[in-house]
Amino acid sequence: MSNIVLETKDLSFLYSKGTTSQVAAINDINVQIERGELVGVIGHTGSGKSTLIEHFNGILKPTSGSVFLDGNNIWQDKKGIRSVRFRVGVCFQYPEYQLFEDTVEKDVAFGPKNMGLSPKEIDLRVREALSFVGIDESYLEKSPFDLSGGEKRRVAIAGVMAMQPEVLVLDEPCAGLDPRGRDTVLSLIKSYKEKTGSTVIVVSHSMEDISRIATRILVMNESRLAYYDTVKGVFSHADELYSMGLDIPQYTRLFLLLKEAGYDVDTDIYTFEEAKRELLRLFGRRCRNAE
Amino acid sequence: MSSYIEFKNVTFGYQNEEGAVEKNVIESFDFSVEKGSFVAVLGHNGCGKSTIAKLCNGIEVPVSGKVYVDSLDTSDEEKLLDIRRRVGIVFQNPDNQIVATIVEDDVAFGPENLGIDPKEIRRRVDEALKNVGMYEFRQSEPHKLSGGQKQRVAIAGIIAMQPECIVLDEPTAMLDPRGRREVMKTVRRLNREFGITVIFITHYMDEAALADRVVVMDKGRIILDGAPKKVFSNAKILREAGLDVPQATELSIALSEAGILIPEDALSMDELFENIKTVLEDK
Amino acid sequence: MLSDITIGQYYKENSFVHRLDARMKLILTVLFIVIIFLCKNFFALALMLLLTGVSVILSKVPFRMFFKSIKPIVPIILFTVILNMIYIRGGTVLFSWWKLELTSKGVFTAVFMAFRIICLIFCSSLLTYTTAPTELTDAVERLLSPLKVFHVPVHSLAMMMTLALRFIPTLIEEIDRIMNAQKARGADFESGKFLNRVKAMIPVLIPLFVSAFRRAYELSFAMTCRCYHGGDGRTRMKQMKYRVADFVCIFVFAVALVGVILLNNFFGRLI
Repeated sequence: MSNIVLETKDLSFLYSKGTTSQVAAINDINVQIERGELVGVIGHTGSGKSTLIEHFNGILKPTSGSVFLDGNNIWQDKKGIRSVRFRVGVCFQYPEYQLFEDTVEKDVAFGPKNMGLSPKEIDLRVREALSFVGIDESYLEKSPFDLSGGEKRRVAIAGVMAMQPEVLVLDEPCAGLDPRGRDTVLSLIKSYKEKTGSTVIVVSHSMEDISRIATRILVMNESRLAYYDTVKGVFSHADELYSMGLDIPQYTRLFLLLKEAGYDVDTDIYTFEEAKRELLRLFGRRCRNAE
Repeated sequence: MSSYIEFKNVTFGYQNEEGAVEKNVIESFDFSVEKGSFVAVLGHNGCGKSTIAKLCNGIEVPVSGKVYVDSLDTSDEEKLLDIRRRVGIVFQNPDNQIVATIVEDDVAFGPENLGIDPKEIRRRVDEALKNVGMYEFRQSEPHKLSGGQKQRVAIAGIIAMQPECIVLDEPTAMLDPRGRREVMKTVRRLNREFGITVIFITHYMDEAALADRVVVMDKGRIILDGAPKKVFSNAKILREAGLDVPQATELSIALSEAGILIPEDALSMDELFENIKTVLEDK
Repeated sequence: MLSDITIGQYYKENSFVHRLDARMKLILTVLFIVIIFLCKNFFALALMLLLTGVSVILSKVPFRMFFKSIKPIVPIILFTVILNMIYIRGGTVLFSWWKLELTSKGVFTAVFMAFRIICLIFCSSLLTYTTAPTELTDAVERLLSPLKVFHVPVHSLAMMMTLALRFIPTLIEEIDRIMNAQKARGADFESGKFLNRVKAMIPVLIPLFVSAFRRAYELSFAMTCRCYHGGDGRTRMKQMKYRVADFVCIFVFAVALVGVILLNNFFGRLI
C-alpha cells in the first residue's frame, strides 16, 4: 500500500454548470494526503474548502478531474460510492442537528448499521466511539435531545467515528462552542488520531485551533489550492496569508514582529509553552519551571 | 450617570411542565448598566448569560426581584411595548430573526409594529440600512446573504425602532471571522457615534476586550466586573470559569512570574511587543 | 440539487405588468379565469388568447419561462385531451377502431380544452412571475380585510403566508444539509422499494422537524422583541395605490368580457 491515502487530480467543480451564472467552487485542485496526517484546512467562507471535502466522500461529483482513495478512483463504480462514504467519514458543520434516534446508542449505531455489520460488532464500535469522545456509557440509553450542546456535538462526532473510517473529516467541529467545549473537542480529535493512527482532516476558520493540532495545513483561496505544507511552511508565508484575508496564530505574529524589529528569535512558535520558552530565552533567563 | 437597566435582587428559573420552577438560573442577581456604555457579558454556555438578555426587555420576567428599564418595571405588562421599543435584542442565529422575504421589508417590520407613519418608516429603514452598511442590499432576499450580512440586517431591524439600548446575545457565535469583524465594527459604531447603550453577550474574550466594561458570569453569578484590562488580568479565575484569557495577557503574566518586570495587562500581541521592546531597550 | 428549486417564481423586471397594483392583478387574474370559463366557442377563446399574448409580451418575461410553467401540467393536458376525444361524440366520425370512435366534435372539444388550460396556466404564471411574493401576500391581506368584520383572522393568515415564504428556502437548504449528513453515514435515499425509501426519510424528517420547531420558537422571541403584537395599530411602509394604468387594465378586461359574451351569442355554442 502506498503512503498516500487520498489524492485529487485536476479536481474542479462548477455550480450551476452550463448556465450563465456558472461559478467554479473549486478549480484544478491537486493534492496528495498522506496516511496518518492531521491536516488542517483553512480558508475563508466561499474559498471552496467545504466543496472540496464534499468531494472526498462523493457527496459531490466532480465536474472534471478525479478523487482517488487508496489509489482507486472513487467514481469508477457508481454503486461503490456508498462504501467510499464508510471509508471517508465526513462530519459536517453543526452535526448535532442530524441526531434523530431516541437514544444515544441507536444514533451512534446508525452508520455501522448501514454498513451491515453484526449486532455484536456494532455494539463494540458504538462503545469505542463514545469512549473516544469522552461520553460515558451511562449515556447510552439517554435521548440525544436531552444532552447539552457540547455533548450533542460529541455524540454526533462519535456517529462518524463508529464507522471506523480510514479518513475522518470534520467540518468546523468547534463552531459555536464555548472555549471549554472547543478545548474538549480539539483534544479528543488529537487523541483519536494518536490512538487509531487514522488520517484526520479538520476544516476550521480558526488559525489558533488548527495550529494547535495539525501536522500539515491546506490553504484554500478563491477556489484554488494556495498551499499544502507543514505548519511551519504555511505560516512562513505570513504576508501572503494576510493578503488572502487570513490570520496567522497570535504567538507566531508576536515572534514575527520581534524578528522584524531585529531580535534573534525563532518564529516557528504556535503554543503557549513554546512562546514562553522562547521569550525567556530572549530575556536571557532560564525558565524556572523548565526542569 | 444614571443606570439605564437595573436588575434588583433578581431570581429566575425556567418552569417545568407542572409549572414548578426548576433549578434557578440566576439568584439574587444585582446588575446595572449605565446609559451610553458598552458592556460585555462574558461566560461559558449555560452560565445564565442568555437569560440576562431575555430579562432585559420583559421576554422573561423575574420569579422574584425586579428589572427596570429606564425606570420602567418589566413585569408591568402595560409598559412592555414601551420597554421593547427602548431595548432591542439581536439573537445568535441570524436566520431565525429575519421575518420578511426582502431585506428592506424586514427592517421595516419593527417600526410597522409600532404604528409609525409610512414615510417616517421609509426614512428610518434607509438610514438604518446605511448605518450597518447594507443599503445596497435593500432589495435582496435574506437567504442569499452571508451570515455576517444577515446579522447586520437583523441589527438594522432593531435600530430602525430607534432604541436606546441594544442587547446582543452571542451575535457572532455562528459567523466566520469576516462576519464577526463586520458585526463588531457595526456594534462599536452604534455605541460610539449614536450613543446607543450596548450589552454584548459573548464567550469570545477578544470581542469582550473591545467593551468599556466586562462582566464575567459563572453559575448565575457575576464573578468579575470592571475594565477589560483589570478583568483579564485575573487569568486563573477566568480559566476556572471555562473562559479563555487573551494570549498576550497570559504570556505577560508568565513573564512577570519568571521575574521579568513587564506590565501584566497587555491585551494584544502588539501591546505585548511594545512592552517587550521597552524592557529589552532599558537593559 | 434541491436548492435549485425557486419558490415564488418571481421574475425580476420593470415592466408595465410588474408595475401594476398587486391587488388589481389578483382581481384581474380571477376575472380572467371566470371569462375563460364563459367562452363557448373558438372566437371567444381566440379573443382571450390574444389578451393573454399581449399581457405576456407587455410583461417582458421571456417566453421560455411560460413553457417551463406548462411543462409539469403536460400530463394533465394530455389526459384531458384523450378523455375528451374518447367520450365526446358527435359530428362526423373521423376514425374508428374496436369500440373507440374519434369524432370531429371530440377533437374540437379536446383542442378547445387544451387551449383553455394553457390560457389558465399562462395567466396564473403571469401573476406570480410579475408580482413579488410579499406584494402578493400584502394584496391578499388588503383585499380580504373586509372579512375582519366576520372575525376572519386576515392579518394572521397573511403573516403565516409571509413567514412560510420566508422560510421555505431556509428549510430546503436545511433538508439538503441533513440529507448530506445522513448520506455521509451511509443512508441510502436512491435505491430500494417505495416503503424502504419512505423509511429512509425518517433520519431526515426528524431532524428537520426538530429544527423547524426550534426556528419557530426563536422566531417568536425575535418577533416579540420587535414589538409584534398582531395586526392592530400596525402600519405598512409600502403603501398600495391604484394608478391610472390599473383602471385602464380593468377597462380592457371589461371590454374583453363584453366581447366574449357578444361572440358567444353571435356564434353560439360551436363545440
